[in-house]
Amino acid sequence: MNSGQLLLLSILLSSFIPGIIIFCLPEENHRLRTLLNLCGSIVKISLILVMNVGIYYGHVFEIRIPLIPGVELLLNGDPLSALFATLSSVLWLLTTIYAVGYLEGSPNRSHFFGYFSLCVTVTIGIALAGNLVTFLLFYEMLTLTTYPLVIHRGTEKSLRAGRNYLIYAFGGGAVFLVAVVWLQTIVGPMDFSAAGFSPSYIDSHGPVLSLIFCLLIIGVGVKAALVPLHGWLPQAMVAPAPVSALLHAVAVVKAGAFGIIRIVLDVFGAQNLLLLGVLPLLAGVATVTILYGSVRALQQDDLKKRLAYSTISQVSYIALGMSMVDQPLAVIGGLVHLVHQGLMKITLFFCAGNLAETLGIHRISEMRGVARRMPLTMAAFSIAALGMIGIPPTVGFISKWYLGLGGLAAGNWWLLLVLVVSSLLNAWYFLPILIKAWFGKQQGEWPAEIAIGRFETRLMLLVPPLVTAVIVLVAGLVANAQISPLAWVRFIVQGYTL
Amino acid sequence: MIFLADSPSWMITPVILPLIAGLLCFLFSRRTFVIALITALINLFVACLLIYQLLVFGTIRYYIGGWRPPIGISLRTDGPALLMLLMTAVTGLAITLYARGYFSYRIADPVRGSRHQHQQRYFWPLWMLLLAGLNGLFLSGDIFNLYVTLELIGISAASLAALSGKPASQRASFRYLLISLLGSLTYLLGIVFFYRTCGVLDLGVLQNTAINEPGIRAALALLTVGLLLKTALVPLHFWLPPAHANALAPVSVILSALVVKGSFYLLFRFWFELFAPIVTTSALNFMGTLGAIAILWGGIQAIRQQRLKLMVAYSTVSQLGYLFIAFPLSRTLTGVPVWSAVIFIALTHACAKSAMFMAAGNVYLHLGHDRIRNLDGVRASLPITVFAYGIAGVSLMGLPPSGAFIAKWMLLTSSIDSSQWWWALVIMAGSLLAMVYVFRVMSHFFVIPKRESLKETTPLSPLLEWPALILALIALFLSLLAPWLLHILSQGSTGLAQLFPGGLP
Repeated sequence: MNSGQLLLLSILLSSFIPGIIIFCLPEENHRLRTLLNLCGSIVKISLILVMNVGIYYGHVFEIRIPLIPGVELLLNGDPLSALFATLSSVLWLLTTIYAVGYLEGSPNRSHFFGYFSLCVTVTIGIALAGNLVTFLLFYEMLTLTTYPLVIHRGTEKSLRAGRNYLIYAFGGGAVFLVAVVWLQTIVGPMDFSAAGFSPSYIDSHGPVLSLIFCLLIIGVGVKAALVPLHGWLPQAMVAPAPVSALLHAVAVVKAGAFGIIRIVLDVFGAQNLLLLGVLPLLAGVATVTILYGSVRALQQDDLKKRLAYSTISQVSYIALGMSMVDQPLAVIGGLVHLVHQGLMKITLFFCAGNLAETLGIHRISEMRGVARRMPLTMAAFSIAALGMIGIPPTVGFISKWYLGLGGLAAGNWWLLLVLVVSSLLNAWYFLPILIKAWFGKQQGEWPAEIAIGRFETRLMLLVPPLVTAVIVLVAGLVANAQISPLAWVRFIVQGYTL
Repeated sequence: MIFLADSPSWMITPVILPLIAGLLCFLFSRRTFVIALITALINLFVACLLIYQLLVFGTIRYYIGGWRPPIGISLRTDGPALLMLLMTAVTGLAITLYARGYFSYRIADPVRGSRHQHQQRYFWPLWMLLLAGLNGLFLSGDIFNLYVTLELIGISAASLAALSGKPASQRASFRYLLISLLGSLTYLLGIVFFYRTCGVLDLGVLQNTAINEPGIRAALALLTVGLLLKTALVPLHFWLPPAHANALAPVSVILSALVVKGSFYLLFRFWFELFAPIVTTSALNFMGTLGAIAILWGGIQAIRQQRLKLMVAYSTVSQLGYLFIAFPLSRTLTGVPVWSAVIFIALTHACAKSAMFMAAGNVYLHLGHDRIRNLDGVRASLPITVFAYGIAGVSLMGLPPSGAFIAKWMLLTSSIDSSQWWWALVIMAGSLLAMVYVFRVMSHFFVIPKRESLKETTPLSPLLEWPALILALIALFLSLLAPWLLHILSQGSTGLAQLFPGGLP
């Protein structure tokens, strides 16, 4: 085992081992539990940074475990996996801090944090998966490890949400498995690679390959919440706020979007997809999802529900970028949105959790004047919301800018139209919240206020959203610097001949 | 020591040793657990040793008393037989430990302790007899010998099923006994036809002699019906759920994980080795269709059950269907031996279903009932059991990296390759049904119950919880052992074709 393999393995184990230990810890031992969690995530971030540097300088990180002829598990660090792994591990650290503060004093915490750690292990596994079988393995495991988190409260409502989540996710997994096997019977075993499979198969199996592409996209589209496969996501909002943050920004929805990226770029490859002519289909689904999500978000009064529909809409920008795979600028826009959407959405969920935890506010109609009571939280919320609308200099602007440039380069005027309309809708459902919060007048008591120390809320609840909000601003300001999500995405795109 | 390890006479140990142990258990009723544990350990050791011998020397035949067929009785090893032997040895060890924990817990009960003392007295000798029968079945190289082992298994299994003593279980086990006898008789009739046509009983000699004559066809039909009755393939499954669900917990484990596998193993051997030349595609498709019906019917019934143990039993009916779906698909498997998919399903199911029945037994011990509606909050009091249940369920659903995933992969590949997509649909539908019945129970485990409904109970001993967890973990990570298992499987499965290989130099 060489050092690269050791590194990959330790990246996975740095959250797996703490997770297993946490399961065995007694409930009261929260100091040790927190310590393990934080150490694990800091170690993981450092290891992933080491890997990123290695990848940048062209080192190979690869573990192969053959199972049966034609089926092997392959962990592989490439620039794309580095992007997702870095995002997940950084956001995991912040979410852990937040969750420690959020769940203080609630029951079953060792259970919660155990699954939490397993969940991030699996997410990193998805990032590092080097072929479809390995991707499928971690993709199904992700369903299993997030299910206990979704039903953590154990109420009738959360059980129903969990049941729907399972049916959607495993249904998608089953479709995905069939598609993977089918693809393999045609093109043989293949790893993720920049070229995709040989174009000669398209002549012989064109329609079947198109069908397989659709099945694969359906399989990952369930987690990416593409309309009409999105039904589980708004229901899953019954879970505690850190879980929502995890589902929307770190793990589940992101895993689906990441799957779309992998299938488009690394399984089929740009050239094959252009030959097959299935990209307009993906573009159509993405457009419908973007607009539908925004319209539904408008109708919600429940803050978390509105954010959930907003996720459905925003994640599809990634799919939209992928549907113009022949335009490097659009691909950059889609890829970078993977990171940017994560940063913005996690900020919003942290803030929504703070409002609910501190003041008992769940509805937008209750938010009048809340910025005076919780200025820092609402400042973070506002930055993220403006980012979602796409106002410079936030990161959201960068994503939309590149998507728009890509659309122009391809001569896709309708894409520009979609961007404009969806930005208007975003503004329509976010700006009223901001106006209410900053300029509204408080009416009566807050629904359930708890008095907490010196700050507007617990420190552990306050710091994570502030950090992510600052990143949302800074990453947008320095997007052209040497080290930024955008720079890394450009580095990724260099690897493909688009 | 090396000299001893090479000896072919080790092959007789897995049959003789449990027989002796059964006798000893009957005679020394105070030391039963120690005797059984030692037997199970030696059994596991010998199974490993035989695999070592297989890898080094290839297929070995052993002639009891030195008499060669067609007069004498022969034992032989090859890849599939030894993997089944290993499966029995591993689950057998876990079952032995679990049964110890189970009876200790039950006997500690002040009210009904004496009754369980009584049950325990009969459990151990019967379990040892059953083990001897199973080992004999996997190792026998002779079609009549196989009948003897089938009878041994059938009678000891039916007696074990009757141990619980409740009226429901007595009815179920009596029916089980009758079905088992009927199956054996049909099998015997098949042998008669066979002997009349071919004049030999040894499998090695019989190889390649299966010709398309009416007598042989009748023999195949009779042998198949007899074995199907014992394997409980739909529509002959009606006896299984009540018999498995009403037995004592360790007995349910034995019946579901091991006993049905024995007769299936034999059936598969007959169809794909002995009678392979005369088996037609439509016959294979017929078996596959029955398997498909079993998967769907068993899955739907499992979802509808109100009791946990019945649900697990119907899940067995459903999982057995996968073994038969492999029939029409086995011939188009590419790159791997014909046995591989079946063996992976059997091994995964043996481990996962044992774990699941153990978990169900633990829940029953803990709550005093197994009504699915009232299972709320078990997770808080039995975390290890619930974890084992969950992992076993994941393996049954065939998610990676379980062994069933490998099997599912092979079957899907085969069905898509040969454009028989309907099998692929059934396979995926079966997995989704499994998801529903596994998680229907799981969601109850996760509910946080109201405080007052929790009553104080004696904690379960580690012997009850850990065997379940370890078996479940084996099932979950079985695919990582796949290269090694395939290597063993490829040893000697074709070796049967050689006549009189002459044992060892």
